Amino acid sequence: MKNDFPIFKTYPELVYLDSAATSQKPQKVIDAVSDFYATYNANIHRGIYDLSQSATDLFENTRKKVADFIGAKHASEIIFTAGATEAFNFVAFGWAKKFLKKGDIIVLSEMEHHSNIIPWQQLKKEIGIEIVYLPLTKDYRLDYKNLSPNLKKKIKLVSLAHASNVLGTINPMEEIISYFKKINSDIKICIDAAQSVPHMQIDVAILDCDFFAFSSHKMLAPSGVGVLYSKKELLEEMDPFIYGSHMIDTVTKENATWAEIPDKFEPGTRNLEGVIGLGAAIDYLQEVGFEKIQKHESELVEYTLEMFKKQKNVTLFGPNNLEDRLGVFSFAVDNVHSHDVSEVLNRSHIAVRAGHHCAQVLMKCLGLTGTVRSSLYLYNTKEDIDRLQEGIEEVKKVFKI
Amino acid sequence: MDPLYREIILEHWQNPQNFGVIKDADIDVQEVNPLCGDAIRLTAKTQNGKIKKILFSGEGCAISRASASLYTEEIKGESIDVVKKKLEKDVLALLGIELTPARTKCALLIFNTVKKAIK
Repeated sequence: MKNDFPIFKTYPELVYLDSAATSQKPQKVIDAVSDFYATYNANIHRGIYDLSQSATDLFENTRKKVADFIGAKHASEIIFTAGATEAFNFVAFGWAKKFLKKGDIIVLSEMEHHSNIIPWQQLKKEIGIEIVYLPLTKDYRLDYKNLSPNLKKKIKLVSLAHASNVLGTINPMEEIISYFKKINSDIKICIDAAQSVPHMQIDVAILDCDFFAFSSHKMLAPSGVGVLYSKKELLEEMDPFIYGSHMIDTVTKENATWAEIPDKFEPGTRNLEGVIGLGAAIDYLQEVGFEKIQKHESELVEYTLEMFKKQKNVTLFGPNNLEDRLGVFSFAVDNVHSHDVSEVLNRSHIAVRAGHHCAQVLMKCLGLTGTVRSSLYLYNTKEDIDRLQEGIEEVKKVFKI
Repeated sequence: MDPLYREIILEHWQNPQNFGVIKDADIDVQEVNPLCGDAIRLTAKTQNGKIKKILFSGEGCAISRASASLYTEEIKGESIDVVKKKLEKDVLALLGIELTPARTKCALLIFNTVKKAIK
């Protein structure tokens, strides 16, 4: 599959193990973006002329494609944002700010990415909601069943990562959602699917979640595009979050009324070529097929776990079995700082992430300041893992461990 | 020999000089490298305009720790006026290695912490 990705032709030596940060792009996506400029480029929803209409059709067809891809009933339930981070801000300030009040509880977890923490913290400062963090079990799973009855009564929203960008843990979202909906069917569920959507078939109708956010650049598509899915009735009652052009119906000197969904949430001109690229990425993922992707990744996960088990003086932070696990491996080499590990790996053209991975809350809970993270995607091979192993041996040699 | 992790760097990484916290310090500051989140806490005692004792603590990579060890050795006992005149290149010279822009920030964390302490 590496052949589909030009970056590996440009750098044949590259061992890219940082897909949890951003994925590489297949030729098909690069072509779609380029083709948009060469064949379709015009602003959408504006012109009467043919070119603008073709661009609009392409953009709106992509909305439909995204809706089908995640199982949304209506295309208008798909909002194109600037990324998952922006999507959480929409939910926090468009929905929660309007409907929650002082003392209401929002449930997060200790494994959340900053993008699913900071908007809620800001909202807390503004309207006095409370935030409760679900802890982790010793084997890096979510401990979600032990909240006190007193707290449970006040929960209005649960916002959780579908999969951890640090530990690789996949949270059993269907069970978690039904658990909280049983406490109170009015509790809204928001899912950070940035890490899960690239790797597995999702059906938001089966999940029965209320908000669902992901980022285009982690799933083979361009950066600067994200998706917020929400149920039609929720989007309709939600306030816009960013104000300006396109999101309006009528405008006077004093006032404005809002457009229908999804336009109400898509001010200005969106990242058109990015959205088109996302459409091409979905085509590519579906052509390969999630069954094949998951089989390949699960073989690699098994291989990588075996490799880590054999390593001395290396600690893995994350589930050590295959079950409900993505190919994200956070680790530490005894006493060696993550930046030093990453530096030595880079000499062998191995790209990994080092540091706190935008999860400082999790790092603090684990008693760490940072880890090295190696994350896989469909283009990785066993040879990449062998190279990582050699790289780790080299780290030990340099630091005399 | 390793081009970056030279013997002197590894030595100071494993056995940092002036590592710890002074309990009754006149100076106690902390500085963070925003890139990685690593922080250095610097405590010092001064006498007659001179740095009598100086200790650093905190998590850090080999480069930042070796740099802190070497630089605190360099300025210990020195007059504050002299230390104020020190430049970034003086710290980098102590390390004697080529650094990328990202790793230069690691090396200069101690320099910025000292600057904050005596300004």
